[in-house]
Amino acid sequence: MGASSSTVSNLTASIQRHLSKIVVAPSFAASLFFVYGFILWTGYMSFSKSRMLPVWDWAGLRQYERLWQMERWHVAIENLLIFGGLFIVTCLIIGCLLAVLLDQRIRAEGALRTIFLYPMALSFIVTGTVWKWLLNPGLGLESMMHDLGWASFKFDWLVNSDMAIYTVVIAAVWQASGFIMAMFLAALRGVDQDIIRAAYMDGASLPRIYFGIIIPSIRPVFLSAIVVLAHLAVKSFDLVIALTGGGPGYSSDLPATFMYTMAFQRNQLGIGAASAMMMLATVMAIIVPYLYSELRGGKKNG
Amino acid sequence: MADIQHYSHDTGWKNTILRGLLYLVLTLFAIYYLFPLFVMISTSLKSLSEIREGSLISLPRVITFDAWTYAWNEACVGVECSGIKIYFWNSVKMAVPAVLISTFLGAINGYALTKWRFKGANIVFALLLFGCFIPFQVVLLPMSMVLGKLGLASSTSGLVLVHVVYGLCFTTLFFRNYYVSIPDELVKAATIDGAGFFTIFWRIILPISTPIIVVSVIWQFTQIWNDFLFGASFASGDNAPMTVALNNIVNTTTGVKQYNVDMATALLTGLPTLLVYVLAGKYFVRGLTAGSVKG
Repeated sequence: MGASSSTVSNLTASIQRHLSKIVVAPSFAASLFFVYGFILWTGYMSFSKSRMLPVWDWAGLRQYERLWQMERWHVAIENLLIFGGLFIVTCLIIGCLLAVLLDQRIRAEGALRTIFLYPMALSFIVTGTVWKWLLNPGLGLESMMHDLGWASFKFDWLVNSDMAIYTVVIAAVWQASGFIMAMFLAALRGVDQDIIRAAYMDGASLPRIYFGIIIPSIRPVFLSAIVVLAHLAVKSFDLVIALTGGGPGYSSDLPATFMYTMAFQRNQLGIGAASAMMMLATVMAIIVPYLYSELRGGKKNG
Repeated sequence: MADIQHYSHDTGWKNTILRGLLYLVLTLFAIYYLFPLFVMISTSLKSLSEIREGSLISLPRVITFDAWTYAWNEACVGVECSGIKIYFWNSVKMAVPAVLISTFLGAINGYALTKWRFKGANIVFALLLFGCFIPFQVVLLPMSMVLGKLGLASSTSGLVLVHVVYGLCFTTLFFRNYYVSIPDELVKAATIDGAGFFTIFWRIILPISTPIIVVSVIWQFTQIWNDFLFGASFASGDNAPMTVALNNIVNTTTGVKQYNVDMATALLTGLPTLLVYVLAGKYFVRGLTAGSVKG
């Protein structure tokens, strides 16, 4: 706006510039209060003696010590590692595979894409409800297999405390893998066709073209997909509540459900706050370096 | 696109077999994704006795919509037995204002941050963006206290406020990334003609923003309609949104388990967002990718 010559238009321009700040101010203030202020508040609470009600007495690391002494927290962390690991790897494999298969000039590609991706439009509560019904040992897949003549078929993961967390993986992969497919497909469509053609002329086979050229060239999408999936995994809450309720017992608890139980059902505000801060730290460890590199990359591209 | 047909040194029958396999695998995956939806629909149309006798995959012998009407009008959520219709409308009353307000604020923020850049605009944007990524557990406790202080605890207005506040970063991100690609000359020319901040926004910017408005509305609607964490934390009883009611119905331990009613309720909960997805899938995907990765 500095190009204008007369002082009058400079004046109006400066008023307009202030208008811009005034317009953004409410959102910015809301963000400062509801995001940063709340994080500070939760952070402080995690260092306080709070139990049933918030109190401001400083307790140092006492709540974190109590948190890490809880068997239930260790179960939640272990479950997050199992769930997160399997969820990310399976979604990447299925998503990448489907994208490559769909990239073969498939008839009805649009319809298939719609089918693969629709679970992403559903609430995790709906997904949890339907998979709870499918995996119901008495009436679901197990009895279906019995009816089909496979009498010894047993699938009781939902009520088995060693296996319950894996049912969460099954349902979560069903919901999110189509989205990863969409991300990969978009990337595959952006690969330079000339390089592929050149490799083909040199006699490279299709698998070699994929593993040697195409997949390495879409490496940034793998990173994005992993970050998205890891982020989803840490925040997973609804699905566990709907599918297993964290049970049997607390065998399928995740940090998100642990925090909710402590804060809203067990009157352990301090421990709830401490576990929330641990979750925040985990997410930040994933997101901050990623955003930093993304934003820097974005500047380079213009 | 690198496909077998164009990039294969093999010819003839080998390619035909490969393509056959390709379609087989894709069909199997399609069945895997559709199976739960099929079971949901067919179970919701069966009577309870047929569910107990029959198999998961069998089609209903007698189609009955009893489970649907029961779910809508009579199903018990907690002690209240007047169906899920009130919770459905709760979700509508929560989602519509929250979507409109957050989209409008996102649009005007995006416009201000790109076309009327002030010193520190980038820092303001980065600080706003951060809110997209926090695990909401970290704001649950203070939020419930603030809502209590404001007299909005357990109310639909309270949920609207929560969804606007935590949706802002996404809508701002959408619009900012969209407006960055619109040439500044458009705004410059209009300022020379004497048009001001709001005139340009209403007359020039908004009319060309339809695609990104659609993306933002769809994204926000899906997020807010599907939310469970905020609904479960900040609303209870008669003011709970649909997802919370569904979870209550499904996980009630008292009485006879009515699987057909569970499935009908689940479908009713999923229907609005599925409809949006089917009608505007392209924009849905754009929102997903822009919301989870940088736009």
